[in-house]
Amino acid sequence: MKSSDLNQRRSADQAPLLQTDRAGVGTPNPGGKDYSILQETLTSILATVVLGLIVSGLYPLVVWGLGQGLFHHKADGSLIVAADGTTVLGSELLGQNFGGKQYFNPRPSAAGAAGYDPTASSGTNLGPTSDKLINGQHKKDAAGKDVTDPSNFDGIKDLVAAYRTANGLKDADAVPADAVTRSGSGMDPHISVANAQLQLPRVARERGKSPDEIRQIVDKYTEGRDLGIFGEPHVNTLLLNLALDGKLPSVAGK
Amino acid sequence: MGILLLITKPLGIYLFQVLDGKNTFLEPVLGPVERFTYRLLRVDPRREQGWKQYTAAMLLFSLVTMVFTYAVLRLQDHLPFHGIIDGLLNKTAITPDLAFNTAASFTTNTNWQAYTGENTMSYFSQMVGLASHNFWSAAVGIAIAAALVRGIARHESGTVGNFWVDLVRIHYYLLLPICIFYAAFLISQGIPQNFKPYDTAQLTEKQTIQVPKTDASNNPVKDTAGNVVLQDQSVETQSIVEGPIASQIAIKMLGTNGGGFVNANAAHPFENPTPLSNFLQMLSIFAIPSALTYYLGRAVKNQKHGWAVWGAMAAIFLVGVITCWKAEADGSPNLYRNGVVQTDGNMEGKEMRFGIFNSALFATITTDASCGAVNSMHDSFTPIGGLVPLFNIQLGEIVFGGVGAGLYGMLIFVILAVFIAGLMVGRTPEYLGKKIQAFEVKMAGLVVLVLTLSILGFAAWAAGANNFGAPDPVTNALTNGTNNNGPHGFSEILYTFSSATGNNGSAFAGIGANTPWYNTTIALATLIGRFFMIVPIMAIAGSLAAKKLVPAGPGSFPVDGWTFIILLIGTVLLIGALNFLPALALGPVVEHFLMYTGKLF
Repeated sequence: MKSSDLNQRRSADQAPLLQTDRAGVGTPNPGGKDYSILQETLTSILATVVLGLIVSGLYPLVVWGLGQGLFHHKADGSLIVAADGTTVLGSELLGQNFGGKQYFNPRPSAAGAAGYDPTASSGTNLGPTSDKLINGQHKKDAAGKDVTDPSNFDGIKDLVAAYRTANGLKDADAVPADAVTRSGSGMDPHISVANAQLQLPRVARERGKSPDEIRQIVDKYTEGRDLGIFGEPHVNTLLLNLALDGKLPSVAGK
Repeated sequence: MGILLLITKPLGIYLFQVLDGKNTFLEPVLGPVERFTYRLLRVDPRREQGWKQYTAAMLLFSLVTMVFTYAVLRLQDHLPFHGIIDGLLNKTAITPDLAFNTAASFTTNTNWQAYTGENTMSYFSQMVGLASHNFWSAAVGIAIAAALVRGIARHESGTVGNFWVDLVRIHYYLLLPICIFYAAFLISQGIPQNFKPYDTAQLTEKQTIQVPKTDASNNPVKDTAGNVVLQDQSVETQSIVEGPIASQIAIKMLGTNGGGFVNANAAHPFENPTPLSNFLQMLSIFAIPSALTYYLGRAVKNQKHGWAVWGAMAAIFLVGVITCWKAEADGSPNLYRNGVVQTDGNMEGKEMRFGIFNSALFATITTDASCGAVNSMHDSFTPIGGLVPLFNIQLGEIVFGGVGAGLYGMLIFVILAVFIAGLMVGRTPEYLGKKIQAFEVKMAGLVVLVLTLSILGFAAWAAGANNFGAPDPVTNALTNGTNNNGPHGFSEILYTFSSATGNNGSAFAGIGANTPWYNTTIALATLIGRFFMIVPIMAIAGSLAAKKLVPAGPGSFPVDGWTFIILLIGTVLLIGALNFLPALALGPVVEHFLMYTGKLF
């Protein structure tokens, strides 16, 4: 729009409703004699009701209609339904815990006792100088042995050691950061491409398949940057693991 | 940044149409609705208000809506959609202190959340009690900014506009139309919008956890030594959160509210599913605040001044982003010394799909503005990475800032900068043809001092008393509530009250602050931060509106160009640094050096 257009518009729009051009401007007591705090309170209550009905009633319903109409699957939570048509296996967007060797293991999670609990989404909220974050927290019995306890917490050191053991890495090998840090939501389904590559030989071995076969499936569930610039490439572990198990309807037929 | 620059002018022009009563292109559709609304509200849209009446209307509206939300939360168990998930807390009413805290925090555009949304709030509470405030408090902020700008633009005028007209027009012409399309786009990225109960997914790999064993009357069983006995429990399902999420997220971002539907906020895949949704959320935080600078320039007929304010904001923003990004990309030596790939940076508390850069960028934006949504856990940031958001809040969130709040906050600094410049050259300071006199400077000083006092006072009280936080799960003794020990624990407390007073709402979220003491003091801090800022600002607006115009002379200080930008940035940083550097030195600064020595707490 050229600025000359705007000026024209502005002068054409000098309707009586203009707030700047209203009769009250410049007069010393524009409120008039009928102004009262009672009247203003009543207006406040009416405004709460009227605007409330619009922003809390009409607006979410309009969005609901648009969403359900245009993007039904996503508006309902991007659910993955098994081949039987009823059992829900998860949501494409939410991670699940996979500890088994035949699976690509997702990031550790701080959401709920079992991890990946969508009703308790959270990170660890531990800072970089936290002893608990680095060394973990392990309850010991009188003899100094580890005992199981809900307050036990694996630190970065524990997670690094476990990752190296699981994937046959040497002690000097550095571990991808995403593999040993907990995400902000505790629901992150994604791992880095480097992390997936390190896990790939183990998964192939456990499943008795060639690494190339597995790699093809990994590539399929690797998401690049949005529009080529936003974010980091990542692998969706839930979709990948379900595909490996043949549970994804689209993959099951292969 | 480039896209932000591109949208600033058109959106700014549109804002000018909305706020100054011009007809917008939506007039044919919404005009009748608008006029009908005025009749319903018994408002005469032609009558303007003086600053006192305008402020009174704003305060009354805020009070009524706050009481409304308090009531909704307290009565949650009698309202629709309660108990939609068996066994979870949203069957019950919210406790009085938490309801007060939440109502105050949403009314003030803070959206501090001491609760876990997905297991505490019913859909009705979220949609009616909370999301409504995302509109209302955003509209109030924009209205106040508009009133202040009118005060600056007018002369010898007794009025600054009509609060009800501003409120209604901002809803109808600005927030609602954008939000409907924005929310629909967010659904296309994967954010749910439905009213069904939580879905239950069957886990492919079952998990086992240990839980305390309970007897028939639900008391924990203890062994002879008094320890709680544990038993294995198999977890075979995952409850998938549902609800009207997309409609709430759209306004949460556009209105710089930041109050999420779920606990993890914009880190959660259901609130922020893709890097593209992440980008748009960041852009929408800055959209209105940035456009308001253009509105300022247009309203006072000095577009260069608008761009100068924009430029000062952009400069502080860029320094913040680069500092935060560098700190997070460098990561923590405590990670890479223990075998983590160094170049991956500090991934603790960050989402893989966003990575380091988009997390640092989001953290800077959300605290430059008073949004407070988070897409990564600020508590787990490196000390310097965490200092950037903390200091951003303490500067007053004037880098684009909250909707409206950013502009009126920045204009306080503009007045102070003009005053300081006047002192330096020994002339009566002038701002756009108005003499800046003792009254305006006193009010501006009051704003800065009250905010500083609230942040440092409450933080010192909490840190000194040490027993206001959540009780220890084992001993039940009250603790200081911090999730981290050492300097990082102090940072958590400092961040809490900075965020509350600054009406930000983000947190070093480890802090266990859902206790009566914290809930009450945080609520007070949000109210102080909002209304002890707005009332003096409205006084300034009224005072400026009544002043005579002085023709610009050779001694007038130009409020555009580089000199002004540098002076404005200097004023902001100087005041912020003088007020907060001592406290920051005890928290993030000392932690930064300790981190490199490898000391753990």
